[in-house]
Amino acid sequence: MPVEVIMPKVDMDMATGRISKWFFGDGAEVKKGDVLFEIETDKAAMEIDAPASGTLRDISGREGVDIAVGAPVAWIYEAGEAYAGAPAQQPAPAAAEPAKAPEEARPAAAVPAVPPAAADTGGKVRATPLARRLAQEAGIDLSAVGGSGPKGRVTRADVLAWRPPEKPACTAAAPAASPAPAPAGPSDEQVRRLFAEGSYEVVAHSNMRRTIARRLVEAKSTVPHFYLTVDCSIDALLKLRTELNAAAPVADGRPDFKLSVNDMVIRAYAMALRAVPEANVSWTEEGLLKHRHADIGVAVSVPGGLITPIVRSAEIKTLSAISSEMKDLAARAKDGKLKAEEYQGGTGAVSNLGMFGVREFAAIVNPPHATILAVGAGERRPVMVGDEVRGATLMTVTLSTDHRAVDGALGAELIGAFRSYIERPMLMLV
Amino acid sequence: MDAAVRELSYSQAIQEAMAIAMEADERVILMGEDIGVYGGAFQVTGDLIDRFGPDRVMDTPISELGGAGVAVGAAVTGLRPIFEFQFSDFAALAMEQIVNQAAKMRYMLGGAVSVPVVMRFPGGSGTGAAAQHSQSLEAWLGHVPGLKVIQPATPHDVKGMLLAAVADPDPVMIFEHKLLYKMKGPVPEGHYTVPIGKAEVRREGRDLTVVATSLMVHKALEAAETLAAEGMDVEVIDLRTIRPMDRETVIESVKKTSRLMCVYEGVKTLGVGAELSAMVAESEAFDYLDAPIVRLGGAETPIPYNPELEKAAVPQVPGIVAAARDLIRGAR
Repeated sequence: MPVEVIMPKVDMDMATGRISKWFFGDGAEVKKGDVLFEIETDKAAMEIDAPASGTLRDISGREGVDIAVGAPVAWIYEAGEAYAGAPAQQPAPAAAEPAKAPEEARPAAAVPAVPPAAADTGGKVRATPLARRLAQEAGIDLSAVGGSGPKGRVTRADVLAWRPPEKPACTAAAPAASPAPAPAGPSDEQVRRLFAEGSYEVVAHSNMRRTIARRLVEAKSTVPHFYLTVDCSIDALLKLRTELNAAAPVADGRPDFKLSVNDMVIRAYAMALRAVPEANVSWTEEGLLKHRHADIGVAVSVPGGLITPIVRSAEIKTLSAISSEMKDLAARAKDGKLKAEEYQGGTGAVSNLGMFGVREFAAIVNPPHATILAVGAGERRPVMVGDEVRGATLMTVTLSTDHRAVDGALGAELIGAFRSYIERPMLMLV
Repeated sequence: MDAAVRELSYSQAIQEAMAIAMEADERVILMGEDIGVYGGAFQVTGDLIDRFGPDRVMDTPISELGGAGVAVGAAVTGLRPIFEFQFSDFAALAMEQIVNQAAKMRYMLGGAVSVPVVMRFPGGSGTGAAAQHSQSLEAWLGHVPGLKVIQPATPHDVKGMLLAAVADPDPVMIFEHKLLYKMKGPVPEGHYTVPIGKAEVRREGRDLTVVATSLMVHKALEAAETLAAEGMDVEVIDLRTIRPMDRETVIESVKKTSRLMCVYEGVKTLGVGAELSAMVAESEAFDYLDAPIVRLGGAETPIPYNPELEKAAVPQVPGIVAAARDLIRGAR
């Protein structure tokens, strides 16, 4: 029997993947472990190895199209194994073709970036009999359900956990009936009509761009935000940073560490979450998840978008450990080589635009986090000390908070704790 | 009135069942090699020869084919013989009488005769008895219409099922695991029967159905305790009879748990677990399966003499735990 090569599930909420590049062509001899192709998931790129040695045949997974998890993309024939045309399992599942017709049919309704769903896999979705029966009874298209089992197999739990992609609340069928209709933006067609033909080019969305769009629309329209802003004096922090970096042990002509202000911000924020554990939480309908560690998601700008790798248990890590971990995570984030577990979860987040000279801004909370800290540039400003004007280096930070989980006074306590660590940075060393 | 319940070993329970049957019905006789003065290869008949005499507790020559033939003939002509093999492996020597005579006679003679013989087969590995004295061959006989094949796993069941077998008008084959003989358990006094063809749910659970036979029932129960400590809730079914198989109990359980694992000592391929798996896959329980069916059976090898290899050749508790854990967590 030839060995099936499938679209693997490399990410928890991955329903489809896109092959960005095949490294072998039809008829090529491959060895088990050879990198067969590269996939682009919602958030990262990943190399997929050959599951067996032999001849690669029937490559049906085309580059650049969404393919359902678990769907076959090619077959590997053992040496000497008879090849009699494509195996019975007819693959080639292009998922989620851009839905043109519905758009034109509903000119008034926004068509939001829904997760690539309705995957046409020719009825070859890998699913347990129970999952099939439950999906059929509930009228759920199995190919839209991401499988969590081996090779993307859909199980009962996957079907039960599945929720339909959110429809725009304001559609022709339900005109202004819902109490708080999501603002229906103009259709693609309407937007294009505002510009002269030929005055623009259309850049296709990457998976990452669609994910960012979907998640932020969801966050900003479902999480009730409020914002708290404080100025932190960072003169002592900058001085300590200079001293620490100067004291770094040198091996092979290179210092052991070079701390950035951001490393110290991560540490201070993690320690603040430890000091105010009521704010180190995630909202769920059933109850508040009160976390035992402060796992800090750090927004990293990458080509085509951003990603937030997580520094786990940052409240118990030394500054040098956080620093070297961040360097590694940021470098791999830029190469699209992060593993799913390195950017999923987290109990709070930090976004720093100070290096771009941004004075202050407010970030969008990214569930399951209940808070995110937006960090501006440190700059010399005049401050009043008693009745005198003095110069100080100030950094303005804004805490965005999920009001379902964290109230105003609690948020104030958290940002206060953060400021006290920043302004008395020696506390971060103990 | 409820009969008093005592602790008896599995072999004592068999002996008691035979004594009760012999006292109640003088047509019941025992036959087998060294079952008289010697008391049987595993001392199961014990001193019954002193109570019932050599006419009813008969030593047979060292010819399983001959002994089985005499037992089948005696059954046809009106007696109710219980024939003991020293080791179930020696069934191979008596296949003609079991498969072509005992199992066929009622059918071929249009119901004019029946063959109410009981054959007892000490089987299974774990005693260091090596390749020719350690097999689990119940699936061989389970393949033959006309036979009933049972594998009681407890002292209570072996007494009740043996008494049911003696009362049965057709040939009943009892496979007794040798490691069960010394196992003790509650056994009621007096006469009672445990129905042939009815499985028993030994432990209720929601996450996985384990269908086990004979000694493996106890290993599965032990594994279930370990898994319970990890928060996994395993249902353990003691199949008890492999022909006719209790479809209803197994299928209802799988419909409840959505997962099936078969644990049996016979060689995995073409064994009891293969039949269980196919039975469930063919049934309405198919649409309730949320994971592949898993079989844990004996290795594809003769039973080794080396004690470590002997253990490794059949399912053991850690392996059952690991497989069940993988199955419940969706790793299979």
